[in-house]
Amino acid sequence: MSPSALALPLAMAVAAGLVGCFAVMRRLTLASDALSHVALPGIGIALLLQWNPVLGGLIALFFGTVLVWAVEHKTRIPTEAVIGVVFSTALAVGSLLTSGEELIEALFGAPGEGGWVETMAGLAAAALVVAFLWWARSRLVIALISRDLARAGGINVPRLDLLYLLAFALTVALGLRYLGVLLMGSLVIIPAATAKHVARSLNSMLLISVTLAVASTLGGYWAASIFHLQAGPLIIIIASAGFFLSLVKRRPA
Amino acid sequence: MSTILQVEHLSVGFGKTLVFGDLSFSVSEGDALAVIGPNGSGKTVLFKALIGGIPYGGSVRWAPGTRVGYVPQKLDLERDLPITGNDFLRAKASVLKASAHEVCRAIDLVNLPPAVAAMPIGTLSGGQFQRLLLAFALLGRPTVLLCDEPTAGVDEPGEEGLYATIHRLQHQEGLTLILISHELNIVYRYATSVLCLSRGRGFSGLPLEILTPERLQEVYGAPMKFHHHADDVA
Repeated sequence: MSPSALALPLAMAVAAGLVGCFAVMRRLTLASDALSHVALPGIGIALLLQWNPVLGGLIALFFGTVLVWAVEHKTRIPTEAVIGVVFSTALAVGSLLTSGEELIEALFGAPGEGGWVETMAGLAAAALVVAFLWWARSRLVIALISRDLARAGGINVPRLDLLYLLAFALTVALGLRYLGVLLMGSLVIIPAATAKHVARSLNSMLLISVTLAVASTLGGYWAASIFHLQAGPLIIIIASAGFFLSLVKRRPA
Repeated sequence: MSTILQVEHLSVGFGKTLVFGDLSFSVSEGDALAVIGPNGSGKTVLFKALIGGIPYGGSVRWAPGTRVGYVPQKLDLERDLPITGNDFLRAKASVLKASAHEVCRAIDLVNLPPAVAAMPIGTLSGGQFQRLLLAFALLGRPTVLLCDEPTAGVDEPGEEGLYATIHRLQHQEGLTLILISHELNIVYRYATSVLCLSRGRGFSGLPLEILTPERLQEVYGAPMKFHHHADDVA
């Protein structure tokens, strides 16, 4: 794979490493993983209409995220429950609309690259996610420790929640082509979960998470070229290996 | 002293349940108002209304230029959260666009050792974490400090020390203090006025007027014992 073709997967890994840290710290691990499945019906509709499947997935993720956010804030049902319902519905609709090999590719990603426009749009989206997290990280830290403290400090917590979920959805959309809806959620969560286990401060967690996500992506593509296998599952296997290795070393209290 | 907070006909309810209604009181600059009442009487709900965190009826008017620092009730945190005390304080300083010097000043004011501020917050003791929350509230140089049971989860010696720190800060920084506490000895020692919430209503007055055995029995439904000395009154 050429260095230029690696640019988008690496940008995707940086965004996934950063966005995952706040999902893991907010105990949204399963919920955020499930949210990624919302892309499936969008991919199915896009394939039916012969559109770019990533665009279909992105639109579905956008509406799914806004729906999850709106239901949570209007009904006070916990995020996990709302995402669980939306995820199951999306999976059911998506599997009806998509079939055979297309379904497998939508779930696990496919070999190959997007066009020039898709690459540039992807790089811009990754830059947007990183810029948002840089701007919002102090607010996100305060809100995850106490929503009351955030409100008392003048932070608009519902708006912050929505922007964070949209950044998460955009990050998932970045990986749809390479990792699919199932594996992309894992790239967001696993490096961050590993970093949380070994880090002792916010900056070290962010740095470790991004490093692991990038290293897993590079390692996955390298192993795929050596063993002639698909890169997506290898990326996740390498990331998971890092997680299990981190469990061996117990973090000092 | 001028009025810093004027609350009129305040009511808060969740669905059809009214927590309290028609609550009116005022707080003067430099006062130490203690809010007391049995569990479920709406003390924390009152604080949330005062900081604008929940919808309410009636009016809450802060004097122009008032800056509120808020110390919430004990927070349940994951022990392995990789956020240090310094991360937490710098996050607020960043939102306020305050300098790193302000963070050091807040840590100094609450007597939190810098080595403790550098530890992950989940590993701090109850007393250390409450001091960190106090330092967080002091960032931005508030004029009013709202403390919601600041010693919940703190052992007795730590409790005395924390209240002494809050009392010192009130005078040193010229703060107005609004404090929720179950510790009637502390209320008697430090409060200049008391607001008692009970059964959906509230009444306020001087500690000597409110903290009488008869009134406390009526409010709490059981005799309340506490010790005080005449020279304890602030």
